[in-house]
Amino acid sequence: MSRSDDTLLLANVSRRGLLKGLAGGSALLLAARWDLSLANEQSQFGAGAMPGGWVDNPNVFIHIDSDGMVTIINNRAEMGQGIRTSLVMVAADELGANWDRVQARQADGDQDKYGNQNTDGSRSMRHWYDPMRRAAAAARLMLQQAAADQWQVPVHEVRAGIHKVVHPATGRELDFGALAEAARALDVPGRETLVLKSDSELRFIGKESGLINGELKSAYPKAIDGEDIVTGKAIFGADIELENTLYAVVARPPVYGAKVKSLDDSEALKVAGVKKTVRIEGSGQPAAFSPLGGVAVVATNTWAAMEGRRALKIEWDNAPAGDNADYTSDAYRESLEKAAQSPGKVIRQSGDVEAALKQADKRVSATYYMPHMAQAPMEPPVAVVRINNGKAEAWAPVQNPRATREGIAGLLEIDMENVTVHQTLLGGGFGRKSKPDFVIEAARVAKEFEGQPIKLQWSREDDIQHAYFHAASVDHLEAGLDGEGKATSWRHRTLSPSIVSLFAPDPKHKGAFELGMGFNTMPFSIPSIRLENPPAPAHVRIGWFRSVYNLPHAWAIQSFAHEMAEAAGKDHRDYVLDLLGPGREVHNLTVGDGWNYGEDPDQHPIDVARMRRVIERATEEAGWGREPQNGRGLGLAFHHSFVSYTAIVFDVEVGDGGELTIHRADIAFDCGPQANPERIRSQMEGSIVMGIGVALQSEVSFKDGIAQQSNFDKYLIPRMPDAPEVVRVHLIDNPDDAMGGAGEPGLPPVAPALCNAIYAATGKRIRRLPVGNQLQPS
Amino acid sequence: MINLTINGQQHELDVPDNMPLLWALRDVVGMKGTKFGCGIAQCGACTVHLDGVATRSCVTPVSAAKGEITTIEAMADDAVGQKVQQAWLDLGVAQCGYCQGGQIMNATALLKKTPKPDTREIVDAMAYNRILAAIERAADEEATS
Repeated sequence: MSRSDDTLLLANVSRRGLLKGLAGGSALLLAARWDLSLANEQSQFGAGAMPGGWVDNPNVFIHIDSDGMVTIINNRAEMGQGIRTSLVMVAADELGANWDRVQARQADGDQDKYGNQNTDGSRSMRHWYDPMRRAAAAARLMLQQAAADQWQVPVHEVRAGIHKVVHPATGRELDFGALAEAARALDVPGRETLVLKSDSELRFIGKESGLINGELKSAYPKAIDGEDIVTGKAIFGADIELENTLYAVVARPPVYGAKVKSLDDSEALKVAGVKKTVRIEGSGQPAAFSPLGGVAVVATNTWAAMEGRRALKIEWDNAPAGDNADYTSDAYRESLEKAAQSPGKVIRQSGDVEAALKQADKRVSATYYMPHMAQAPMEPPVAVVRINNGKAEAWAPVQNPRATREGIAGLLEIDMENVTVHQTLLGGGFGRKSKPDFVIEAARVAKEFEGQPIKLQWSREDDIQHAYFHAASVDHLEAGLDGEGKATSWRHRTLSPSIVSLFAPDPKHKGAFELGMGFNTMPFSIPSIRLENPPAPAHVRIGWFRSVYNLPHAWAIQSFAHEMAEAAGKDHRDYVLDLLGPGREVHNLTVGDGWNYGEDPDQHPIDVARMRRVIERATEEAGWGREPQNGRGLGLAFHHSFVSYTAIVFDVEVGDGGELTIHRADIAFDCGPQANPERIRSQMEGSIVMGIGVALQSEVSFKDGIAQQSNFDKYLIPRMPDAPEVVRVHLIDNPDDAMGGAGEPGLPPVAPALCNAIYAATGKRIRRLPVGNQLQPS
Repeated sequence: MINLTINGQQHELDVPDNMPLLWALRDVVGMKGTKFGCGIAQCGACTVHLDGVATRSCVTPVSAAKGEITTIEAMADDAVGQKVQQAWLDLGVAQCGYCQGGQIMNATALLKKTPKPDTREIVDAMAYNRILAAIERAADEEATS
């Protein structure tokens, strides 16, 4: 059924009609919207399908002191995406709070109380926007009721203003603070009685602020942690200060799965400040979130612990690691490239690709490689844990406090109720801190020091050598074109180790959630399509890296579409718009994607019209089609991920010696309704910079199972001269569709767009990442 | 015993000569604004001023930190530092914020030396030159101490 048919049904007015309905002030739409929104959230999709679900009780999230200070409890991890500010803005706006009298408090890990707290998948705003607005609207109604009770007037006669409730008939007013205690004692009103503010009443939600494409339009509203950050007062994981703390670092087996064969710690124990060494059992495989094992050195400060670790003499036993000890990434790439020549498990099929390829006037074929990468958050993993009388207390920068509690409880064989996890700010996450292995490691050490806090610090070397690596990927594509250059067939084989290998015996094939990241959801309209997934084993810990498998899929598909356009002799933009076909909604189930980032495909289909719109916007803004100058070129790529749409155009120049200058990036982004446009812009800007690293610099290679890079001297990430001279973010005004993610979808198209621009500038096709020195004259 | 002057205050520390200033600040003095990012003077999260020069504290042994040490904690009371902090807030510069103390220390040192830097000077100062200078300085002082 097409979308236009759906919208005739009241039940399908849904979220897509939500903001439209609010703007129009239509009671009917509002009512319909509530029913549907709640039904959805209680269904198998969206926030309601997440462990712990959603909570919209105002008493859980909003606290007002008698002096009127409003405290909003933030239940999501803050790792730079700005969720502490953005979710607080949402609640404060709906409540009617004065921004100068609002503060945030971070929730401890408690999914039963706060709903889902696993901050990944670009889900925080799209899952918590509605519950937070409802919580705030309920709190506002309770304040109104408290005022009406005090004034002994009907509640419909009072109105909520900014941080106060007023009785217009008599001119009486009371500050939120004066009403807080009475309001708290009232019953929470039923959801059906809540009326959200109309768009015209909003002060923060959806409002542009801050730096917009290089121009300061208005000062950014005081970010929740802004002042603490610029003055050095913000508390990250390692900044927790507890009395009597001991400091630990761990020597881990260089090869995944290896164990300590012998240990001589005599020299280490002589280092001033070193107290003790602790053997940590190896996790075995699959490791999941368990520590890798090794030897911890515990000392009176971090430096002494590091010096002690340097003095350890450890012999490792690689036998338990099996063939991981033979893992060499170059050979692995070659083996995957070879495997890509043979058919694999069929994931999606329409038409007869083999026949169509044989009949094609022209065939295009290419193989792409993306290496392992480490998330390398600026704050390396770190945790503080104290164990006392059968209870554990942890302070840590974790994306998933629930998994952290479970892991510690499992290790200590105690009830999860006896584990408290305090979430600090995260100095970046990028998926690394979804895995709480480093906190469980700290708990393991703390077990030896009853009552004493252990601060376990990972060095940068630890972080890069023992990451949960982004899967190395080979993607082999072949297409058949007719005499006009039009695509008649498309065959794509994707090969990379699966994250499932972290939790279960290695399936050697990608799971549904991995294929659904831009592989089977590929939206091109081509008569014959065959998508295959040949096997690829895992030899290192494989884990989430910002935007995950969208990275290799977008890199391969978007590079290849450009190669097809070149083979057809067509303009790249015109060609891909033709490949996409007319605007339409592709239901995920019709392409074999039953996952869809956990969202309802009726609400979040693959919307080709939205894809086309971001492509058109980015190319227009970039001046697509202008005469290319010598050594200069424009490159385009686009991608649908986390139920949002992104297109990007790079303008680059390559000098005779291969020096790359990125003059400009134009990124167009459609996530539907925008709660805090300023932070969406900053996510796009950050995605561009991170994507430049993915394209040009970042690689962890392996030899004999050991990571060959260990710090920022060899594992390169972008620095100031690598950033584009100009970045322009073009947000698509689209309040009518359902809200999508913003933290990750900016990243996938960056690398292919940059490589396509390099091709336009030089004629040099990049098929293996990172670009590294491939642009230098040979 | 090592004597350090941090933000105008004297501190006497019982630490080995080779302990990097970073860990002395964080673990011994208890000042957490200066951050650990890489330990090899690559990222700049640990930047402090040593006699006004932006210096990577992670590779500066306490024995070489003879002079006025200034950290991010003192920038709110520094005329130039204050301006940089306010500009950071106005533009919403910080994302996770972990390295921003170091960035602000670097930027403040640049502006004190070059009040109106051009783009090239900013890129150079923030990315490369000062790292070199800091390492060389630290190395020299270590060798002669």
